[in-house]
Amino acid sequence: METLEQLKSRLEAAVVRARIEIMRNESPSAQHSLRVNNEAAVAIARFLRDDPELRLDYCSNVTGVDWPDAEISEKAKVTKVVDGVETHVEEVRKTKRPGYLEAVYHLYSIEKAHGPVILRLRTENRGDQVHLPSLTPVWRGCEFQEREIYDLYGVVFDGHPDLRRILMWDEFKDYPMRKDYAEPDDYEYEPTPHEKVLAKARRHSTQETNP
Amino acid sequence: MFDIDEGLRGELSKQGILTTTLEDLYNWGRKNSVWPLSFGLACCAIEMIAASMARYDLARFGAEVFRPSPRQADLMIVAGTVTKKMAPQVVRLFNQMPEPKYVIAMGACAISGGPFKQGYNVLKGIDRYIPVDVHIPGCPPRPEALIHAFMTLQKKIDEQRLVGKDRPRHLDAEAPSEFPVPQFGEHDLVPPKNPDVWQPPAAVRPA
Repeated sequence: METLEQLKSRLEAAVVRARIEIMRNESPSAQHSLRVNNEAAVAIARFLRDDPELRLDYCSNVTGVDWPDAEISEKAKVTKVVDGVETHVEEVRKTKRPGYLEAVYHLYSIEKAHGPVILRLRTENRGDQVHLPSLTPVWRGCEFQEREIYDLYGVVFDGHPDLRRILMWDEFKDYPMRKDYAEPDDYEYEPTPHEKVLAKARRHSTQETNP
Repeated sequence: MFDIDEGLRGELSKQGILTTTLEDLYNWGRKNSVWPLSFGLACCAIEMIAASMARYDLARFGAEVFRPSPRQADLMIVAGTVTKKMAPQVVRLFNQMPEPKYVIAMGACAISGGPFKQGYNVLKGIDRYIPVDVHIPGCPPRPEALIHAFMTLQKKIDEQRLVGKDRPRHLDAEAPSEFPVPQFGEHDLVPPKNPDVWQPPAAVRPA
């Protein structure tokens, strides 16, 4: 299969208004992904499925990722004039990155026996602008998995034929897989709590003693 | 009920006279025809099916007739993970069973939530909503464990006194036969447990 760089240039030539960014994955798996813009996502998906070279006819997995608000600190070397002498000083720059939600699609070709090509769609934020285009019209198998992302992360897929909660009940209001989900306090005694469960146990016991 | 003297009973049986009590006869009949409701929730159900098949042969205990309707069932084997979404249906099925009725909670999930105990979507044991007679630990329990639970239940039925303070629920007009079905709330099931049914022992620590 062609490299991601070749695929990127071919996509940008073929699909109008396509903006594509290659997201490097530096881990040993080296599964680099393509971040595509939401407006052109459906057209890009159709191209990937129908292109005779690619024929990515199988979407094996759709998953959600929650990126909460984060503070990124970067170290940079700055030249400063201290007491009339130029010195190199290391400075830590902190930038705030607003949070967002992602949907990640893993695409394979059964016909050509290659893959995966990984697509990422990103929402504007985690609050009111959580809409993404649904790729269910392109790959029918995305239907339940997009519903699952809607259920657990709260991403709203526009163009989805049947967007309802799938695991939790309809009356449920929370999104349990988000990092800031606070579950109801129903801790039960455990003989050897550890890590997160220990923290839960402590929270529970303090609430019990000071209601 | 009158308790016949054991010596006298032995003497009579030697002469070819069989004596029994209504209580013994009644309990003997009940314990040997406990029909389970055929429903399974997860992998424990596979073991339950295995227990009912020829190799383990639950039919030896009069329990081979898995009923497809709660109206005809005496025993509910809660075999598997009870998710919070499924819990109201399980309680509703139990309510639809006629008395006398019994519950076996089979496997780690059904008795406590098991490996999913700290999750957001799994009920921490079905005994929060319905009275459980026998708990079986295991993940999943082997068919032998289910058979053991079944024999424990039979023993329990056999030992029930039909009158008095400890009489079974179906002979006590005051005892409840139906239990409140939990509602789907915005964050959890409402109520999260039924305190009339679920009274866990508090951990007592030496000071």
